[in-house]
Amino acid sequence: MEVPDQALPNATFAELAMPLFDQLYNFARWLTQDTAEAEDLVQETYAKALRGFSSFQMGTNFRAWMYRILRNSFLSSRTGLKVAVAIDGDADESLLPTENATPESILIEQADREAVQQALTDLPVPFREILLLCEVEEMSYQEIAETLAIPIGTVMSRLYRARKALRDLLQKQNQGDRHGM
Amino acid sequence: MACEQGRGQLDAYLDGELEAAEDNALATHLRICASCAADALERLQMKRSVQMAGNRYAASAQLRNRIAKIVAAKPRRDSSWRWKILAVPALSLLVLSVAVNWYVGRENARRQRVYSELADLHVAALASATPLDVVSTDRHTVKPWFQGKIPFTFNLPDLQGSEFTLLGGRVTYLAQTPGAHLIYQIRKHQVSVFIFQDRGEETASLPSGQVHAMSFNAENWTQGGLRYFVVGDVSADDIQALSKLLQSAG
Repeated sequence: MEVPDQALPNATFAELAMPLFDQLYNFARWLTQDTAEAEDLVQETYAKALRGFSSFQMGTNFRAWMYRILRNSFLSSRTGLKVAVAIDGDADESLLPTENATPESILIEQADREAVQQALTDLPVPFREILLLCEVEEMSYQEIAETLAIPIGTVMSRLYRARKALRDLLQKQNQGDRHGM
Repeated sequence: MACEQGRGQLDAYLDGELEAAEDNALATHLRICASCAADALERLQMKRSVQMAGNRYAASAQLRNRIAKIVAAKPRRDSSWRWKILAVPALSLLVLSVAVNWYVGRENARRQRVYSELADLHVAALASATPLDVVSTDRHTVKPWFQGKIPFTFNLPDLQGSEFTLLGGRVTYLAQTPGAHLIYQIRKHQVSVFIFQDRGEETASLPSGQVHAMSFNAENWTQGGLRYFVVGDVSADDIQALSKLLQSAG
């Protein structure tokens, strides 16, 4: 029943990399917000990964390695350079709990798929990518730390800030809807 | 446990990232504190909403083909990595394996659920007096039968020259999602193929690959927005052979 998360010693690059194709594309498309750019990015990622495969340390996390290549390629692209603003205060953000406001709870229950997609699109890239890695890719904090090349403490604080930003956006959307009615 | 402490750990708890002791303490607290439980539920709903919303974009078949061509020609690695691994200090290996096991443990619970349910569906169908709703060895009869019964369509492979025979199909459900259940025969064995839209919470982002579960071998992958599972008590090689045939048709 064990599905190895570590790369198998004798696996070919194709055997390891092709199963990640659909998810890598989804992630690339979210990052670039453009189909053609996402396709170029995925292709560049596979080409770079193939070239660098001999330096990949077998037995370590292949998925995090692939995502890291994709993300670094994105950050050095024209779009990536424009959008990748650093998130200030990442390291010293204290992990304060959010307040449990009842109207907000109801709001989020009602938030439909399109609303969440719009809010994710509106989030700054560092918040968008960490939410996708955590919730969609279901990566562990350790894996996210490897992918983004940041400490686990920063993973936790950035996730906290990203979730809060998403809630705020959804709340704003909802208020906008109410005004429009 | 105080509510304040619990709230601060809720996200890590829901992400499956707490140590066992903290995890248990918070679980106990949530059973007795309605306010924190409501908070946890709300955060869980948010996680699910993001998961559903985030699985949004499907790549084109052309891109997949292009990538497949790029990666196909690569030979297998040599085994020199073993020496590099041996050179890594034992401590860092230990840390790595702990981290990996932690992650594997969390993921396994979900996989276990999906594969248990699929194994149940496979066994239940074979044990049934009427395992198939459409009985035909002709893929051009079986595929159209599903029209209007499930919210997607799929292609079935030509089996000529292979050991497999199509027996027929039925509509099935996994996590309240309708899908196609096809049964193939190889020698004396029957193998189930399940096809679902890759959008359900249970199957979304399940890692593709082979597993061995409860004496069954299984393989799963996504293709064209669909999630395929092949389950049976035959060898992993047979499962893979059938998977390859299906992949070539999809």
